[in-house]
Amino acid sequence: MIWGLATSHVPSIGAAMDHGKTQDPYWKPLFDGYTPAREWMARHTPDVAVVIYNDHANAVDMSVTPAFALGTAESYRVADEGWGSRPVPTVTGAPEFSDHLVKSLIDASFDLTVYQELDVDHGLTVPLSVYCPDPGERWPCAVVPLLVNVIQYPQPTAARCLALGRALGEAIRSFPEDLKVAVFGTGGMSHQLAGARAGLINQDFDRMFLDAIEHDPEKLAALTREEYIREAGSEGIELIMWLIMRGALGPRIRRVYEAYHVPASNTAAGMVLFENLSR
Amino acid sequence: MSSTTPRVPGTYVFDAAENRRGRALNRLCGSLKDAENRERFKADEAAYCETYGLTAQQRDAVLRRDWNRMMELGGSIFYVFKLAMVDQKSMQYLGGVFTGMTTEEFAQALKAGGRNFG
Repeated sequence: MIWGLATSHVPSIGAAMDHGKTQDPYWKPLFDGYTPAREWMARHTPDVAVVIYNDHANAVDMSVTPAFALGTAESYRVADEGWGSRPVPTVTGAPEFSDHLVKSLIDASFDLTVYQELDVDHGLTVPLSVYCPDPGERWPCAVVPLLVNVIQYPQPTAARCLALGRALGEAIRSFPEDLKVAVFGTGGMSHQLAGARAGLINQDFDRMFLDAIEHDPEKLAALTREEYIREAGSEGIELIMWLIMRGALGPRIRRVYEAYHVPASNTAAGMVLFENLSR
Repeated sequence: MSSTTPRVPGTYVFDAAENRRGRALNRLCGSLKDAENRERFKADEAAYCETYGLTAQQRDAVLRRDWNRMMELGGSIFYVFKLAMVDQKSMQYLGGVFTGMTTEEFAQALKAGGRNFG
C-alpha cells in the first residue's frame, strides 16, 4: 500500500472541472489547494485504488441498504445522476483483487454485500478526479469500490469503520501478487444539506478531525453517530469513511499534504494525503 | 443496548422508519434521474404522482414544490434533490428555502465560512 487519500466528494467539484471553471475566483482556492498533492500522487501511481464512498440514490435505491458492500466487476459505468453522466472514462475494475478482498474480509467477520454490477456516481468519480484531473481515455489505475451506508441511520459506527479499515489493510497486504495499492476515504467534511441547520459548517470540528485522523484515529472512532450528526451535520457523518482509509494504512505514515476550504457549494471541503511508510 | 435515532434540533435524521414513511415520495424523486421519466413527469405531474402511490400530502408537497414539507413527509435530501434538478434549482437554492433565506443570502453565508451552531 503506497498511499491513502481522504477527500470530499461534492458534485459541484466535479462539475467545476467538467465545465472548465477551476480558475474562476470561487473555485480557484480549492483547486490550488489540490495541486501539490496531485503532483506528488502523479509521481506515485498505484495499480489499483480502493475507493471507499457512498452512493447518492443513483445505483442503490433504498429498497436495500447494505452497511458495507464491495464491487467485484470488470468495469463500472459512470452513473447518470439526473443531469447526464460526467464526461469521464468508464471505471476499470480489478475483479481478482476484489474477490480476494471479499474472501479476506468475510473471513475476518466483516459480512460484505457483493456487487457484480454497479454504476458509480460522483461519490466515486469526483475523488478520482481530485487525484487525476485529466485522465484522457482511461483512469491511471483500476478501482475497487467499497460502499458504506452513511445515508440511513443507523450507519456503521465509527469504531466499526476503523476496524474494517484495519482488516482491509491486512487483506490488501495478503494479496499474493505484487500490486501497488492506494486507498481513498471520501465524503465529508462538516455539512448539512436540509433542515433549519442547513449550511452548518463546524471548522473547529473539521480542524480537530484533520489533525486526529493522522495522530489519534482512536479518538475519532470513539465518537458516537449522534456526536458526528450534532457536530459535523447530518451529512458530515460521511467522515466515518475516512476512518476506513486510515485503518487500512500501516502503523507508520507520513502526512504529505492537506487542504481545507470553505465553501464548496454547501459544504466544507477537506483533503489529506498520507504516504504509507510500512510495507 | 441498541441505539435510538438521534434527535438534533433543525436536523432530519433519516432512518428506516423515515424510509418507510417517505418511500413513495423518494421512489418518485429517484425515478427522475432518467430523462424519459422526467418527460413523463413534466407532461402530467399529478398523474405521475398517482402511479407512484404518493399520499395526498406528499402529492401536494410535490406539486407545490414545498421542499420543507417533502422533508417532513419522509423525503431524503438525496432523492428530493433530483426533483429540484428537474426545476434547475441548485442545492444552494434548497439551502435557502430550508433556512428562510434567498439563494444569494445562503450562498453568502457559506462563503463567509458557513453557518455556526454553538
